[in-house]
Amino acid sequence: MASLFQQIKSGMLWDFHGGIHPPARKTQTSQKPLGRLSLPERLYIPLRQHIGVAGKLLVQPGDYVLKGQPLTAANNAMAVPVHAPTSGHVLAIDDHPSAHPSALPEPMIVMVPDGLEQWRERQPLDPEHISRQQILARIQDAGIAGMGGAGFPTHIKSSASQGVDYLIINAAECEPYITADDALMQTEAETIMQGIDILCDLLSPKAVLIGIEDDKPRAIAAMQAACGNRKDFYVRVVPAKYPSGGEKQLIQRLTSKEVPAGRRPLDIGIVMQNVGTAFAIAQAVLHDIPLISRIVTVVGETLSRPQNVLALVGTPVGFLLDSCGFVAEAKQRVIMGGPMMGFTLPSLQIPIVKTSNCIIAPTDAELPTTGPELDCIRCGACAEACPATLLPQQLLWFSKAKDHDKLKEHHLSDCIECGACAYVCPSEIPLVHYYRVAKAEIREQHRDELKAEQAKARFEARNERLEREKQQRMAKNQALAAQRQSMLAEQQKQQIADAASRVETTAETLSKEQIIAERERKKAEARAYQAAKAQNQVENPAETKVEPAPATEVNTDTATDPRQSAVAAAIARAKAKKAGISENAEADEVPASSATLDSDKAADPRSAAVAAAIARAKAKKAGISADAEAAKAAEVSASPIALDTEKATDPRAAAVAAAIARAKAKKAGISAEAEATKSEDAVAGAENTTPVDTEKAADPRAAAVAAAIARAKAKKAAEATSTITTADLTAETAVNTTIAADVPVAASPVADAADPRAAAVAAAIARAKAKKAAETQQEPSADAEINQITPETETKAVAAEPAVIEASTNVVAPTDAKKAAIAAAIARAKAKKAIESDQEKSE
Amino acid sequence: MLIALLTLTGLALIFGAILGYAAIRFKVEADPLVDQIDDILPQTQCGQCGYPGCRPYAEAIANGDAINKCPPGGDAAIKKLASLLGVEAKPLDGAQTPAIKRVAYIREDECIGCTKCIQACPVDAIVGASKQMHTVITDECTGCDLCVEPCPVNCIDMLPVPTSVERWKWDLQAIPVKMVETN
Amino acid sequence: MSFRVAASPHHHARVQTSTLMLKVALATLPGIAAQLYFFGYAVLIQLALAVVTAWSAEALVLSLREKTIVNRLKDHSALVTAVLLAVAIPAYAPWWIIVLGTAFAIIIVKQLYGGLGNNLFNPAMAAYVLLLISFPQQMTAWTPPTALQAQEQSTFDPVCLVFTDFSCAGYSITQLKTDVDGRTMATPLDTLKTDLTNNKTVSESRQQPMFAEIGGFGWNWVNLGFLLGGLWLWQQGVIQWRIPVAVLVSLGICSSIGAMVDADQYASPLFHWFSGGTMLAAFFIATDPVSASTTAKGRLIYGALIGLLVYLIRTFGGFPDGYAFAVMLANVAVPLIDAYTKPRTYGHKAKGSE
Repeated sequence: MASLFQQIKSGMLWDFHGGIHPPARKTQTSQKPLGRLSLPERLYIPLRQHIGVAGKLLVQPGDYVLKGQPLTAANNAMAVPVHAPTSGHVLAIDDHPSAHPSALPEPMIVMVPDGLEQWRERQPLDPEHISRQQILARIQDAGIAGMGGAGFPTHIKSSASQGVDYLIINAAECEPYITADDALMQTEAETIMQGIDILCDLLSPKAVLIGIEDDKPRAIAAMQAACGNRKDFYVRVVPAKYPSGGEKQLIQRLTSKEVPAGRRPLDIGIVMQNVGTAFAIAQAVLHDIPLISRIVTVVGETLSRPQNVLALVGTPVGFLLDSCGFVAEAKQRVIMGGPMMGFTLPSLQIPIVKTSNCIIAPTDAELPTTGPELDCIRCGACAEACPATLLPQQLLWFSKAKDHDKLKEHHLSDCIECGACAYVCPSEIPLVHYYRVAKAEIREQHRDELKAEQAKARFEARNERLEREKQQRMAKNQALAAQRQSMLAEQQKQQIADAASRVETTAETLSKEQIIAERERKKAEARAYQAAKAQNQVENPAETKVEPAPATEVNTDTATDPRQSAVAAAIARAKAKKAGISENAEADEVPASSATLDSDKAADPRSAAVAAAIARAKAKKAGISADAEAAKAAEVSASPIALDTEKATDPRAAAVAAAIARAKAKKAGISAEAEATKSEDAVAGAENTTPVDTEKAADPRAAAVAAAIARAKAKKAAEATSTITTADLTAETAVNTTIAADVPVAASPVADAADPRAAAVAAAIARAKAKKAAETQQEPSADAEINQITPETETKAVAAEPAVIEASTNVVAPTDAKKAAIAAAIARAKAKKAIESDQEKSE
Repeated sequence: MLIALLTLTGLALIFGAILGYAAIRFKVEADPLVDQIDDILPQTQCGQCGYPGCRPYAEAIANGDAINKCPPGGDAAIKKLASLLGVEAKPLDGAQTPAIKRVAYIREDECIGCTKCIQACPVDAIVGASKQMHTVITDECTGCDLCVEPCPVNCIDMLPVPTSVERWKWDLQAIPVKMVETN
Repeated sequence: MSFRVAASPHHHARVQTSTLMLKVALATLPGIAAQLYFFGYAVLIQLALAVVTAWSAEALVLSLREKTIVNRLKDHSALVTAVLLAVAIPAYAPWWIIVLGTAFAIIIVKQLYGGLGNNLFNPAMAAYVLLLISFPQQMTAWTPPTALQAQEQSTFDPVCLVFTDFSCAGYSITQLKTDVDGRTMATPLDTLKTDLTNNKTVSESRQQPMFAEIGGFGWNWVNLGFLLGGLWLWQQGVIQWRIPVAVLVSLGICSSIGAMVDADQYASPLFHWFSGGTMLAAFFIATDPVSASTTAKGRLIYGALIGLLVYLIRTFGGFPDGYAFAVMLANVAVPLIDAYTKPRTYGHKAKGSE
């Protein structure tokens, strides 16, 4: 027996299962010359006319474009551009009904031709002298996608890396009515051959098989003549039978091979191109004419002049029909594509696209609409007709029952939707329609399954993360508790050591006033201590000054990895303890933990990284601003703080104000030297509670409770402060109130998150307090010098605001009234000292 | 008589022992029921069944809870569960099935960045940071509605997923046919 | 102006179910003509009764099921069922036999299973079996061809017989079945069976007048008529060749083997082909698409199974003819046959090599 290749060479043909012989009705157009049309008023050019993705839009409404100018650019292998079919202006780019069975609106470029047909500059290529890549690039740039119907990008199909045995040129055109390829072959056989030559250069097949059905004698003759003496080019005339133009069926007819299910023809060494595609390739490469027009068969008995026309891509169907003498019937059907696989159009504004080969406007007598669907009688005619050897009636049962497993088992996906089964069905069941619906449902179900899987994975990942965070928080809290206890134990000793060291440090630098202030501070301290003791809460005062810079460093480091932040914080804490600067470490932790929070909130690892980066940046900024403020510290006295409280009247600015207050407190502390560290302590102490706060915030109800508690405590603190106020200096009171006011104000973000009303209440309280503070502060703070400095510092602080916001909400939420009391005492002392020094200065 | 009794008893004991041994020796490690149920559930984690997620509901079903409490799964899931568990398929409990698939959209101008929705989302499909605008990754959104309630400014909408050409289900009746006036 | 939106294909062969069914009904005409000639016009009465009953029953059930009655009556499937049952039962069976049978076929076997296309069994055959089991006496009341009857039939005899069980002259069916020699005659198959049990040989038995050169007297022409009709159906593309050919070949092979083993005990293929309801079964009943196998290979198996069963029942069973049983048994096997004869889909490897 001769080898398959020899059999193919000898002209042997095979048959495929089933198939039908519908009346061809091709003669009404196949014998007529190609019609040429005037320009339509508008062209609707869909951005996407192929299988794949749309290119990047290059034009804007109002632009003037030349004929052949690309309107989109292929930025992706699966994208092919579209071009201006003629010169003119771009009117608009918006959604219009698409040339798709659904007619769903898709983005289209609406063009108004100017009638000049001005070409852009063209650069024909000589395939002899250019590389394969250049040809492929040209094919892609010319916007060529399979013109047989599917619209698969041609450059991908033509860039096969594996060996190709046969290049099959599909010129079967098996659907009734359509003669577009027939007309093309009759007129442009030579150009088609040039296109096939270019494809041969790209694919180097062993043989080229041109499959034409036997009802196109003129085309066959033209193609045979055009083949000339090319080696291994074979024109194969196949007996007309629908659907021999189907890719798989033509392969089977010409080579006896079957494309394995779920694979491509290339996998068995075959590439098939439509004859129109070959023509388009030749045009693009040899003449640099992109795919801007195509031959369309316009046919049907409602037309007085059915013919093949050369239509620009984007021409509305209505224009084509009118050019051919269209007289519509009632309930007219207009079919784009053939009568077997084409789809009806709901509107005549739908444009011709690269894959539209035929427009049929039949009378109802010509292509009668099917009657009502009757019951399947299992006659098996469909199975006899099916070219894929499926069992259409079984598929029908399963489609109706939505039994997707059974459908898969019966290979629904191998259905090519040719319509042969529905054509023969005596019960006039629209079988293909059922299959399409079932296929769409299966696709949808598959998507849903994938999504469910993904959702499950994400849900589990989230739970894991939440669990991990909980563990981390618990660990942290335990560590803090332990720390606090050890501090408590050392409290008495520390007090003594504290005093000693203070004396030491101050001896060198302190001026006379400062010594006075020191005395005042001691008093304040004593008061604060008593208050603290009364509430069973004592904070450890640190001995040494706070250095913000190292803190920031730690921040940036730790913030890079949310998971490590807790660990890093713990280490930092340990170190700080050793160094005796515990408050510093505490300060570290908070920005770090806020970074953790941020990154946790981010939905996936990538955004987590982004969030981490943002957090890092913020932490850094915060650090810098802290630095800057530290530098200014000596200049700033306590009284501006009181002014600031006015700012804090706005609940939204509460966090900002808190941050400013904190920064100032810090500055004040520094200016007040050793004493100031106490203030830091207070702040740091407050920070201790932060993790608890955030934890509470996770639960809205808990947050509300927390807010309420905070409010209550703040109130208490404020009351306590006001009693002291009567005895103390007014300026002192102002400072006190500031800090006291900070409590509710800072707490308000927490409250805010949980309950807007609670936040409003908190804000109101804060406002009231701030006002009071401001009033009491008015007179003593009349000092001009200080006032001058204030705006500057303020602006600085405000500039730092956005960065600090997050940290501050967490940091300065001193919901603990005990701490607030201490803080208040300290601040009072500071303020007093500052005022004293001011008075001296002014004197 | 006695011999017969003894023989039978002996035989019963022997075979019982053999069976018992076989049951242990050749035990088939089947996929635990909960996993099988969990695979059927749609994994939206919406909690509409009254359990905090799909897996807890799967466990509840395995322990005898009703199979018709999952609106996102709809009748399809109920049918599968019924056949898995060998019980009668029941119509969906109470609430109507959401006919159209929806996903959450945040009106981004109105978002205050409170992160409440982020915390509510069972599948981490919302991105954003505190005080920053949030947005929904619509591809990951399961349409569970859980983020709508916590939003303090009501800026989350559940919008139907727009039909695209790729996902069109050949609903020919739904194509709007343009009526054109003939002259 | 509005546009009609429709699903592809927009082209249709316009071969409709009703046309197919009507052709099946028409194709029984040659066979009916032969029955008419040999057995009198009683068959026409049976036909009329059957058709009226079928239509009424169908309309009744359809109205109960709230379906459109006229459209579904127009598919002519009820007509075909009625015709097939009418030609299958004895021409002189009492009127209530055919009415009961047709009503059972339409209401129980067809509509209760979900109507056209959903019935597991061939309605006509299921009804036939029901009648045969319930009323064996009436169902075996085949009179010999009129030419062989001792009594001359009067013009109204068929009417009288069908409606009153007695001829106008007052003879019962049994009396009519008695030949000139005073022996009770039955169908050729029946006679052969009785004779064989009485230790006669096939050739001895076939000496009797009710046997012809091939098949039984009269019966061979009836079968020929159905064969003609069947061939026309095949030519019209209404039925495919597979099932009839498989039935006949299978029956032929079985009877050939039998005849070769012992020609005295087992009748020849030709006798089997042209006796009883062979041709009716092969071309009209087995080919009923609803209850037959749907795959190409499956149809061959299905047909062969019927042929085999017909032979077995005729030769070894208790009933003289067995095509109704054979078809029903094969109907039961259809899902199994279909499941195992799924054709290889394009692009898929054959089942075995997967």
